[in-house]
Amino acid sequence: MTKNQVNQHMMALNGDEAIAYAAKQSDVDVVAAYPITPQTIIVEKFSEYVANGEVQTEFICTESEHSAMAACIAASATGARTFTASASAGLALMHEMLFVCSGCRTPVVMAVANRALSAPLNIHGDQSDSMAQRDSGWIQIYVENSQEAYDSILQAFRIAEDTGVLLPIMVGLDGFTLSHSLENVKTLDDEVVKEFVKVRQLPEVLTHEGKMAPFRLDPANPMTMGPVAFPNYYFEFKRQQDEAMHNALDLIQKINDEYSKLTGRSYGNGLIERYQLDDAEVAVVCVGSTSGTLKTIVDELRHEGHKVGLLRLRTFRPLPVEALRSALENVKAIAVMDKSMSFGGNGGAVYHEVRHALYDAKSHPQVINYIYGLGGRDHSPHELRRIYEDLLRLLKTGTVEKHLNYLGLRE
Amino acid sequence: MSREKGWKEIAPAGVCPKSSVGFMTGDWKTYMPVRDLEKCTLCLTCVMLCPDGAIRWRPELGKIEIDNEFCKGCGICANECPTKAIKMTLEQE
Repeated sequence: MTKNQVNQHMMALNGDEAIAYAAKQSDVDVVAAYPITPQTIIVEKFSEYVANGEVQTEFICTESEHSAMAACIAASATGARTFTASASAGLALMHEMLFVCSGCRTPVVMAVANRALSAPLNIHGDQSDSMAQRDSGWIQIYVENSQEAYDSILQAFRIAEDTGVLLPIMVGLDGFTLSHSLENVKTLDDEVVKEFVKVRQLPEVLTHEGKMAPFRLDPANPMTMGPVAFPNYYFEFKRQQDEAMHNALDLIQKINDEYSKLTGRSYGNGLIERYQLDDAEVAVVCVGSTSGTLKTIVDELRHEGHKVGLLRLRTFRPLPVEALRSALENVKAIAVMDKSMSFGGNGGAVYHEVRHALYDAKSHPQVINYIYGLGGRDHSPHELRRIYEDLLRLLKTGTVEKHLNYLGLRE
Repeated sequence: MSREKGWKEIAPAGVCPKSSVGFMTGDWKTYMPVRDLEKCTLCLTCVMLCPDGAIRWRPELGKIEIDNEFCKGCGICANECPTKAIKMTLEQE
């Protein structure tokens, strides 16, 4: 711990509890949520804080996730700090309201305990749920462990509520792998969190009365958010949302730096995390908790003399195209891991986007795809090591056997 | 008509640049309510039930006013009027 860093307290928390604890410390005004496995612990734990009087939060138990998101949008529109959590079918039921939320520029923070989608019914972890919400206008951050889940929720309020961004954000943690696994989590003092997350600031906008007023629903300065926009204006509002995403690229890095100075913890540059990438000839690109296992495999193979590395994509939306390109353009063979499927898309979403980022690279690495872990399918270190072995073989032969591979699938 | 603005010039989230009073939204109706002043008892049922706030009670005048620039012609007022004082009639140009 360097001199300027703050005191921290080690707690035993699973990913869900770490998120609930972070939300508790963030002085959230409104939580509207509906429970669904594997997110349930977040809502249960938070409702305990409410029942015990440990928070000042207005807690709304809705009858569905669609209503939960509607309530969050309305609460956030009044200027309130708003939090919710969901997963799988719950997130899918929110789908319509997710677009309303980003379109209304209401900076709701949502934890998503990533879980597979039906059918067949499956409650276990994969990333199909939030990947399917890729284009809903939400910032998406995926974490590697419970510590990062805690840290990222604190950062999420700062990112979402920044007046240059004003976009909702989902923080994804792998269902069960993180949501239900107990880890040591370093937490901050309430006062330190309060100072870090700050009080939500509101930009000033021009109202119909011709005066500047804070961007919130307020009877003293009436305004309408998200009304009808005809073909002559709708497009302009969508362009604003895209610009806000670009602004988030810089802000996420800035917040990551600020948090690092405070706690000593950073996650790459906030967008991507490079692990042994500098001189790597082959690399794996991964999103979420599997990156932890891959790091130990990289260490193992490095010890054996192989130039291997890992890139963990932390921020999926906005996609850090330039960071991906500069981190990967000197690597010769890359395997991209997808914990969800884009049926008929010839590869998963992460694969498509990493290949897209490399199109303008100085050299063109071979990029192959591994679909893995669907419906909670285990992926052992032994299996993951084989991906690097495939890449090293590809490096030697120069030929790609198959671009699309399914890890651990029975023929 | 004024120049349409670019995306950098407008407020986020579709925040309206003018009051809803400035948008005439009743110009596409087919039927309009016409009141029979002899039958009307000023019970104000129509005022309370109009979903668009297009029927207003003016206490200072002791009168009900129907604002046809916002009335959508749904006919709820005519249907609910206890004395059948409102008739929906084909709107003329």
